[in-house]
Amino acid sequence: MMNVPLGLFYTEHDEWAQRVGQEVVTGITDYAQDQLSDIVYVELPEVGDHYAAGEPYGVVESVKAASDVFMPVGGEIVAVNEELESAPEIINQDPFGKGWMVRIQPDDQSELGSLLDAATYQARVEAKG
Amino acid sequence: MTEPVIYDIGRPGLCAMPFPAPDVPRAPLPDGMVRDELRLPEASQLDVVRHFTRLSALNHSIDKGFYPLGSCTMKYNPRINEDMARLAGFAGTHPMQDEEVAQGNLHLMFTLQEWLKEIGGFAGASLQPAAGAHGEFAGILMVRAYHLDRGDTQRRKILIPDSAHGTNPASTAMSGYSVVEIPSDSRGNVDLAALRAACDDHVAGLMLTNPNTLGLFDEHVQEVVDLVHGCGGLVYGDGANMNALLGIARPGDLGFDILHYNLHKTFGTPHGGGGPGSGPVAVCERLAHFLPGPIVERVDEGNPSLVRREPPEDGDLTYYHLVMPPKSIGRVKVFHGHMGIFVRAYAYIRMHGPDGLRRVAEHAVLNANYLQARVGQWFPIPQRDRICMHEFVAEGTVPGSDVRALDISKRLMDFGIHPPTNYFPLIVHEALMIEPTETESKATLDTFAAAMAQIAREAVEQPELLHQAPHTTPVSRMDEVKAARELVLSYWNVKQ
Repeated sequence: MMNVPLGLFYTEHDEWAQRVGQEVVTGITDYAQDQLSDIVYVELPEVGDHYAAGEPYGVVESVKAASDVFMPVGGEIVAVNEELESAPEIINQDPFGKGWMVRIQPDDQSELGSLLDAATYQARVEAKG
Repeated sequence: MTEPVIYDIGRPGLCAMPFPAPDVPRAPLPDGMVRDELRLPEASQLDVVRHFTRLSALNHSIDKGFYPLGSCTMKYNPRINEDMARLAGFAGTHPMQDEEVAQGNLHLMFTLQEWLKEIGGFAGASLQPAAGAHGEFAGILMVRAYHLDRGDTQRRKILIPDSAHGTNPASTAMSGYSVVEIPSDSRGNVDLAALRAACDDHVAGLMLTNPNTLGLFDEHVQEVVDLVHGCGGLVYGDGANMNALLGIARPGDLGFDILHYNLHKTFGTPHGGGGPGSGPVAVCERLAHFLPGPIVERVDEGNPSLVRREPPEDGDLTYYHLVMPPKSIGRVKVFHGHMGIFVRAYAYIRMHGPDGLRRVAEHAVLNANYLQARVGQWFPIPQRDRICMHEFVAEGTVPGSDVRALDISKRLMDFGIHPPTNYFPLIVHEALMIEPTETESKATLDTFAAAMAQIAREAVEQPELLHQAPHTTPVSRMDEVKAARELVLSYWNVKQ
């Protein structure tokens, strides 16, 4: 059974987002890392880059596939998890914790409200099998 | 691995060939240009020959066994093609030779252009691109040039269905456009509602792989083309799957504006390490001026750049020359493209003729449907209710077993079969993409089906056998994760 923590926001593309003060932290879900299998490479943006909600900001690559990672909300990148560059397996081990990818200063906090809640996301993942 | 690397063969001081004594005065290289730190292997000629012959015997190839690698069309490469490509008149021509003395080569290139136009239903063709994705790139540059030429500067998006070839988004990004992905519907076609919603006056074009990577011919291809044309976009066809359509359907007749061919798939020229490839592009009338060049043109009044002194003895004034289309996107390749491949593709088309090419497609589709029916007995096939084209996609899963597509692929190697393409397309869970091609006999297909049946049994009864496969190859299961995470690109990094 996939882990889908309560209290986080989720996207259709299997990203999670969490409000931390004025900022939003994001990464890929447990389901996403399981589907990708062993992640071998992560490409992250630069601090200061700006993307709209739904735009790709990075790439995760496993032995199976390479996949874009999308912004849950629009905004400026204020921090990236540099540890992932030398140890991408952290995403497999702890996708919702140490495997976070970027911190965002959102343009509009209310965009979080249009994302999925845990129960809805859980139902979608189960429907996918 | 039983075969050492070349650096571990031989001894210091051994040499593969004696060099003759110099017959000119010795001149020292300038200071600082002599390097003595290069670690080159030192081995005798026979050591080298045996080493590489042994290595070649370890390799899997279409000449050695079945190679059902989906999307790659690994068909047999007829030996006559090799014979023709080695004719001195072709093999010995220098690309900078004057047109006047390369008329035979230019005649062959012109004829191949004409055939590719006819096979696809197009008005113009260029042989320049070096392979499929290069053809895509040239094609999207033409899309761009077409819109800009009309002063239409607001088009920034290329639409790409999620069942397209993986190179399509890359070619789009390389051309400076952004990609909008269009989902598939439940029957594996382009989702028309999603396409309709995406079509606006910012769309430069659509890249359609048809048949798509599920091996399915889009049931609404006409609506798809009309929707894109309706918003002012162009339709690019990824012709990598033309093997299914030869002599049966022409993309140009369906309204496609551009198509690339993979000569190294459809027309039986070598690839998969034996290349190079070749990816000619064909276009409709309104794009002909934008083709990459030079292309070959035929004139009936002799060489236009010469004032001919007197007519040739046979009275034939046919002359072939290289021209740059008036609004060409320019060169995309040095010289004329991969000439040796043109000769092979020409020989292939000439040998088959129109009816033969149609039979190629018919047999490719028949073989794929036969295997789909057999493999579908043991493995789920998402679109099993549909007739597939030249390939199909199965799920590499077995109820009651934890084996995955990767395990099944590795186990097939123990049967002397090259694994299918796996984990692509991404829209199928644990995908196994299987393309038998027309050149395989029913007996070979049955051997493959029997192997898949046995693997499905083993998945339940002896899953460890699959997890650890392959067992009969020179090396067994590789640690792909370690290889990807800890890149070692040089033998000397290992030695250190």
